[in-house]
Amino acid sequence: MRALLILWRRELALAWSGGGGPLLACGFFLCLTVLVPLAAGGDPAGLRPVAGGIAWLALALSSILSLERLFERDLEDGALDLIALGPVPLELVVVAKAKAQWLAVGVPLAAAAPVAAITLGLPPQQAPLVALSALIGALGFALTGALGAALALGSKRGGLLIAVVVLPLFIPPVVFGAGALERAVNGLDPTPALALLAAYVLFAAVVTPFAGAAAIRNAQG
Amino acid sequence: MLTVAGLTLSRGERVLFRDLSLTLAAGEAVALTGANGAGKTSLLRALAGFLRPDAGSIAFADADPAAARRRHIHWLGHLDGLKGARRAREELAFQASWLGAGAAGLAAAVDVLALEPLLDLEVRQLSAGQRRRLAFARLIAAPRPIWLLDEPFAPLDARWRAALGVLMQAHVDKGGAILAAVHDPLPVAARAVDIGAGR
Repeated sequence: MRALLILWRRELALAWSGGGGPLLACGFFLCLTVLVPLAAGGDPAGLRPVAGGIAWLALALSSILSLERLFERDLEDGALDLIALGPVPLELVVVAKAKAQWLAVGVPLAAAAPVAAITLGLPPQQAPLVALSALIGALGFALTGALGAALALGSKRGGLLIAVVVLPLFIPPVVFGAGALERAVNGLDPTPALALLAAYVLFAAVVTPFAGAAAIRNAQG
Repeated sequence: MLTVAGLTLSRGERVLFRDLSLTLAAGEAVALTGANGAGKTSLLRALAGFLRPDAGSIAFADADPAAARRRHIHWLGHLDGLKGARRAREELAFQASWLGAGAAGLAAAVDVLALEPLLDLEVRQLSAGQRRRLAFARLIAAPRPIWLLDEPFAPLDARWRAALGVLMQAHVDKGGAILAAVHDPLPVAARAVDIGAGR
């Protein structure tokens, strides 16, 4: 546990240093949510029905930005070899890195999500639901994003490959998250969609550690 | 401490070596020699668990390989594993504590490798030799019995080669073991194993 805390603290420090990954992700997220209304002609009424979907799409795209940093830098500078010889298995290393990614990038994005969703035309009373669903979904993005980052390790143009690998895996949380908002706006109970979102996160939490660790071992060879 | 039997290792289509056997005993240093491309680095990476051999076995005394690698092995490869944008103090603290070092071990490593003046500098401001000393500090700070070293002295000047030789000799004298891939002689009494000789 102590070792995982050591790694976790280091990951958070790395996320905030050298360019500020969370600020970059939040800036990108807010830019997207400003650009879409402008591109759509500036008619708030026209955007309102799809506001939740646009907010979730922006969340998914913003979550990809700093994924390349997760493992690739450590592979390039040899730190991944050192980490692999640490006291905890690589499977737990993957989980620790994904959780740090969630805390460093996902939580700030979830905090910014209500502002963006309201800007896009979602009713302000839905802000708590937006934040809650984004918080859960961002954990899913971090977990499947970590898997994508591990699978792309060592490849040329890894950042592009991560996006290609990860975006299809982001479809379920985008559908469930946007679905929860749509149900709430239409006066329906959003719980079933939130439950599906949570199920996605649980599935990712089971698969990512093993698949991610296997991908890292393969890249080290 | 470490026994390698019948090891065959290839990279892609190229077989680096076949049927290699090697032992590393407690209190022993082994200098791994061979021409460029003979497979010295690959052998060390296989011992550290980073490469999967095609055939043969790697056995550690008293532990299964996965557990032994997490507790008994220090790895110092071509890359130092240091982040250029972070301060030397932060990187040393992470590397040493990740491998199990306490505050006393860390202080001893800083002292013996004369790192104090470098600790507040960013790693990218350090020379290659200073970075190598910083990376070497984790071996001193967090005692582990088996040191796998790949060209450990390449960026060091004569003074620090000698100093690290003293530290390596102290490790061997305390019952530790060292397997180092080198082109130049090790600055400690070592058995030489030429992995290209059997081909």
